[in-house]
Amino acid sequence: MRVHNGSEFAVIAENMSRHFGDLKAIDNVSLNIEKGIIYGFLGPNGCGKTTAIRMLTGLLIPTSGKVEVLGLQLPQDAEKLRLKMGYMTQKFSLYGDLTVKENLQFIAKIFGLSRAEQKQRIAELLSIYGLDKKHSQLAGSMSGGQRQRLALAAATLHKPELLFLDEPTSAVDPENRREFWEQLFDLCDQGTSILVSTHYMDEAERCHKLAILEDGVKRADGTPDELMNNMAANVIEIDDENIRQLKQQLMQMPEVISAAQIGTRLRVLVDKSVESPADLLASFGRIDRVKLNLVRPSLEDVFVTCTGGGRQ
Amino acid sequence: MMATINRIQAIFFKELMQLKRDKVTFGMVVMIPLVQLMLFGFAINTNVRNIPVAVLDYSQTAMSRVLIQTVSATQVVRFTHQYSDLKTARLAIDKSEVRAVLVIPSDVSQRLVRHPSSGFGSPASTDEETSRPIAQWLVDGSDTMIAASIKSLRNMPLAELFGKPANRNTPTFEVTLFYNPEQRTAVNIVPGLVGVILTMTMILFTSAAIVREREQGNLEMLIATPVRPIELMLGKIIPYIFVGLVQVTIILSLGYLVFNVPINGSLLVLLAVTLLFISASLTLGLLISTIATTQLQAMQMTVFILLPSILLSGFMFPYEGMPQAAQYIAEVLPATHYMRLIRGVVLREVEFSAMTYDVYWLVLFTIVGLITASWRFKKNLG
Repeated sequence: MRVHNGSEFAVIAENMSRHFGDLKAIDNVSLNIEKGIIYGFLGPNGCGKTTAIRMLTGLLIPTSGKVEVLGLQLPQDAEKLRLKMGYMTQKFSLYGDLTVKENLQFIAKIFGLSRAEQKQRIAELLSIYGLDKKHSQLAGSMSGGQRQRLALAAATLHKPELLFLDEPTSAVDPENRREFWEQLFDLCDQGTSILVSTHYMDEAERCHKLAILEDGVKRADGTPDELMNNMAANVIEIDDENIRQLKQQLMQMPEVISAAQIGTRLRVLVDKSVESPADLLASFGRIDRVKLNLVRPSLEDVFVTCTGGGRQ
Repeated sequence: MMATINRIQAIFFKELMQLKRDKVTFGMVVMIPLVQLMLFGFAINTNVRNIPVAVLDYSQTAMSRVLIQTVSATQVVRFTHQYSDLKTARLAIDKSEVRAVLVIPSDVSQRLVRHPSSGFGSPASTDEETSRPIAQWLVDGSDTMIAASIKSLRNMPLAELFGKPANRNTPTFEVTLFYNPEQRTAVNIVPGLVGVILTMTMILFTSAAIVREREQGNLEMLIATPVRPIELMLGKIIPYIFVGLVQVTIILSLGYLVFNVPINGSLLVLLAVTLLFISASLTLGLLISTIATTQLQAMQMTVFILLPSILLSGFMFPYEGMPQAAQYIAEVLPATHYMRLIRGVVLREVEFSAMTYDVYWLVLFTIVGLITASWRFKKNLG
């Protein structure tokens, strides 16, 4: 275990909680996020991802717990942090009635860039994010993908050390999402630490590390591989007819965590304590053993296992 | 310090750009003062004329017809209906067909000759028989202004009815009217309208401008930047100061050209007190914006302030006529102080030094308001 000092970790949170009345939006979450990686918050809508990010950016004061971001104590040093971090909100939060260039100029002035710096940096960003030809278009009239690239350009304009992205790709088509992640890896390569929240499994899988959140609680964290290897279940795929009926039947077993149909196959998560899960399922469901296969878990399986999402 | 000025400037230009793109709001900046000045300047008139009334003539003599003509000649009333019995006449008042009915009794001729104002019989008789009024007005007294106009006919001179020179009663008091000798309502309304329109537009524009940022989510992005609350507030306010000045210019120049309302005082003093009032109204808008969470709420709160600013500030009704409690409320409103200031400057040529109380009050209001708004505007979402 490495020593916790500000130089190695971008974010350190100890028992961070935020309550809204009776609702515990975030409940005793501790995080240690290394610098220079892309760290993901994976969780369903309403699990507290946005609340967590708002606390880490200093926009929301935790009810209890300690938060240290880039070596700065929050909320006391929130103003100092603002110069070193970029924040891309979940909802597009630039001005729809300003053009692309005007939006970027506004942000540049707010961060105190000189006139020459502004010009150079904005030109650079417009070309990186493919907005050269759109620079005089009103932001409000652009497509979801273009808007999101503009938002990323604005959030990285002052070259922040740490970038917070709250569900950056929720309004973007798959093509643009791929491209967007390429840009995130470019930023990461240049030394930017990135914290991104998502509810897409495939996106979470791209993160160097991630935390799975549910109901304001951190259920698991680690690299995607670690999470899959340490998963508390084995995955069996069954290729058979009548799998809908079979699913109902298997869900009765206490050892089965979840069963989900994927095309013509049924994907069943069985508790790890069961030694030969395939045999157990075969005998219980009176299925031919050859139709059952032990397969490699996916991040979705991890998610289902640690959130209990399979059992409604 | 330089960074602060740069950030205020950034917000200022952004706000200006957004205002320019928002064609409707941009149009309202000019149209509100233009249309409302024309409307109110012509429409509002406290000297009521041509009130529709009816006559119920029981006498039907030449004398009664002359009486009707004489009353008609005052132009206070206009006879639109004639009734033959009291019941229909009362009904006409109930239905608001007419505001009043003149009831002329059958013995009107006898009453007239005995009446002291006719000029016969001197000295004027005072016994009951001879001091009876000539006729009676039945008035819908619900509107006090109309009632007062008709009441003003009570002591109408009648001598000319008999072709005699009007008997000139020596008045108890000599009255000399300063500043508005012709008693034109517009002279009082136009400067007051500046206060009302500025109250409305300044409060609404600023409160909506900030609440809109919150409603559309821009604020979450803004507060994650190094912008300080006071910088945001100032950057948002300054464009509207210019908007306010444009509106004042429109109202006062049109008031001068169309309604012949003179600007007697110094333009510099006028500019100074107007800037003070604009600042006070803008801070009020800012305060609202820190309370309201939607533009609709901001609008409602603006109306909440606007109505007392119209009705209690002295714009429509004299401040002195209000009960003490209402005067205290009026005293809190910036509009009340501005009404006194602008009427003082425009109509009475008052020196700046003679208005220190109202000036200080507006300054104090602005400072306290600005501090409170910045303090209330937290840079977090909690």
